[in-house]
Amino acid sequence: MRIVVCIKPVPDTAARIKVHKDGARIDPDGVKFTLGPYDSRCIARAVALKGAGEVVALAAGAAAGEAEAKKRIKDALALGCDKGIFVPDPAPENRDPLAVAKALASAIQGQGGADLIFCGRQATDDQALAVGPMLATLLDLPCVTDAVGIEVTGGSARVQRAAEGRVETLEVTLPAVITGQRDIGDEQYPKLKEILAAGKKPIAEHKVEWAAAKYAVAGLVPPPEKAPGKIVGEGPDAVPALLNLLQTEAKALAL
Amino acid sequence: MASKVLVIAEFRGGKFKKGALECVAAASRLAPALGGGDVTALVIGGADAKAAAASLGKQGATRVLAACADWLAEFNGDAYARVAADVVRAEQPALVLVAATLDGKDVAPRVAARLDVGYAPDVTKLAVEGGKLAIARPLYAGKAYANVTLAGAPAVVSVRPNTFALLEAPGADAPVADVALAFGAGDLKSKVVAVEAAKTDKVDLTEAEVIVSGGRGLKGPEHFVLLEALAAELGATVGASRAVVDAGWRPHHDQVGQTGKTVSPNLYFAVGISGAIQHLAGMATSKCIVAVNKDKDAPIFKVADYGIVGDLFDVVPRMTDEVKKLKK
Ligand SMILES: Cc1cc2nc3c(=O)[nH]c(=O)nc-3n(C[C@H](O)[C@H](O)[C@H](O)COP(=O)(O)OP(=O)(O)OC[C@H]3O[C@@H](n4cnc5c(N)ncnc54)[C@H](O)[C@@H]3O)c2cc1C
Repeated sequence: MRIVVCIKPVPDTAARIKVHKDGARIDPDGVKFTLGPYDSRCIARAVALKGAGEVVALAAGAAAGEAEAKKRIKDALALGCDKGIFVPDPAPENRDPLAVAKALASAIQGQGGADLIFCGRQATDDQALAVGPMLATLLDLPCVTDAVGIEVTGGSARVQRAAEGRVETLEVTLPAVITGQRDIGDEQYPKLKEILAAGKKPIAEHKVEWAAAKYAVAGLVPPPEKAPGKIVGEGPDAVPALLNLLQTEAKALAL
Repeated sequence: MASKVLVIAEFRGGKFKKGALECVAAASRLAPALGGGDVTALVIGGADAKAAAASLGKQGATRVLAACADWLAEFNGDAYARVAADVVRAEQPALVLVAATLDGKDVAPRVAARLDVGYAPDVTKLAVEGGKLAIARPLYAGKAYANVTLAGAPAVVSVRPNTFALLEAPGADAPVADVALAFGAGDLKSKVVAVEAAKTDKVDLTEAEVIVSGGRGLKGPEHFVLLEALAAELGATVGASRAVVDAGWRPHHDQVGQTGKTVSPNLYFAVGISGAIQHLAGMATSKCIVAVNKDKDAPIFKVADYGIVGDLFDVVPRMTDEVKKLKK
């Protein structure tokens, strides 16, 4: 099987975020980036599924900088992907999930398609959960989001989707786009040997005409100010006062 | 021309999701500022969804379109998005709203892609200012808020559940019209073959009004009964930090945070949770946060509205008792 895993460098979840001087995005300077946590779990699953085929790591855009995007492709190669494809982006400041999905679709079609396409369920920075379903729509492929399991038989797959309050099993024809929830694969840490081997794996470039963004961030603002909280007291004796405040002051407790 | 709002109203488990009702209510409040157009709700589902469709009028829908058939009874993103996009094309609303539940976040981006228009996910602000939509959403795990603009018509927006209130004075039922479906089950490349419902009657975390979450401070899975007892008294749903999910004490679908559920309840209890940035990412938009932690310097106290410094094994049972007393 030929499997493409779409990946994105995201700021380390513990990173301190500074707003860029243009006011509309974060300043990538000094921020530690990592491979999206769901992306790496998708890679683990893809590598387990590929059989005699190959797994391609695909990154489009360079919001984190081109060098950073390529480093994260190397991470993907160290986790077992066979090759990388990078879609360069001359103007990364004005991209949205739809433009990214279009670039990914172009790269996938330009590379002869795929039997299966994985995306992480979300990137932990934008948290849009949009690129995977959009990509599937553009390619006219079926899509299962929040997948926690997948088995492939011939030209179709059985996929478990962790929906709200239920787990669904879907049967989809291949090719298909799957967005991976945490349990799609295991978290993995590459060995030194694999990191070294990754250096020798090929990374190709696929150029696209980037589409105009339909969603734009006009400005980033700090979270709404919250009044400082109060410590009501210590130990169980503070409980009645707390409940009283919740009822009368916060009006958050209706019994 | 008066422009209208279309709400894709999610019906699941025999009723409309609360987030869907909130979207209809929000649409009916926004409609005058958008030119006074009507509020159309679109219901996709089976016979039970159709039977309930008229009730959306109570939250302000002026009419309801029902795309209901047996083969649409189970959620299927491929099918639902296609139905919704067809209806949007025919109706030409200015704004399409969906509740940002898992199913909503599955469908909305596909609708936007089909129509080649902008999509704003999981917003916490939606207003009309100076005749234009003003939309904001938390980014980078709530470390920043983005004011966003959308190009193309309609604007597709998913709204974080518990962001908007329901109408205080519910109205009457709305008229329901059937949507003619342009395709059938046989045209789909995916089908749902089984659905295993979670064995609980609890409200899902993303829709819960009150959440009691526990962290590593609980010291073992067996102690979550303390939180469950409190939650039962409060009508709350129990959540968890990642530390306890990773330890296997609680299932992953209970996890709140950046790599778990994003929740926005009226009242959130963080019990024995330190308040790591990744946890805060999932619950910082809660309207009122209560922390119980034995460490007075725990970061959770920085975001909490109210805190008790103390041993949860003493504080939580007392809380359960006091709530019981108050209810009498
Ligand atoms: C990529 C990534 C993604 C992540 N995503 C998430 C996520 O989605 N959600 C999430 O929650 N975390 C997430 N984390 C993990 C996060 O960084 C923390 O490790 C985690 O939230 C800690 O869980 P905790 O608060 O339960 O445990 P701890 O940090 O160990 O805190 C336990 C707390 O309990 C208190 N305590 C102990 N005993 C008692 C007692 N008897 N009474 C009262 N208080 C007591 C302690 O004082 C302490 O504050 C993520 C991390 C990474 C790297």
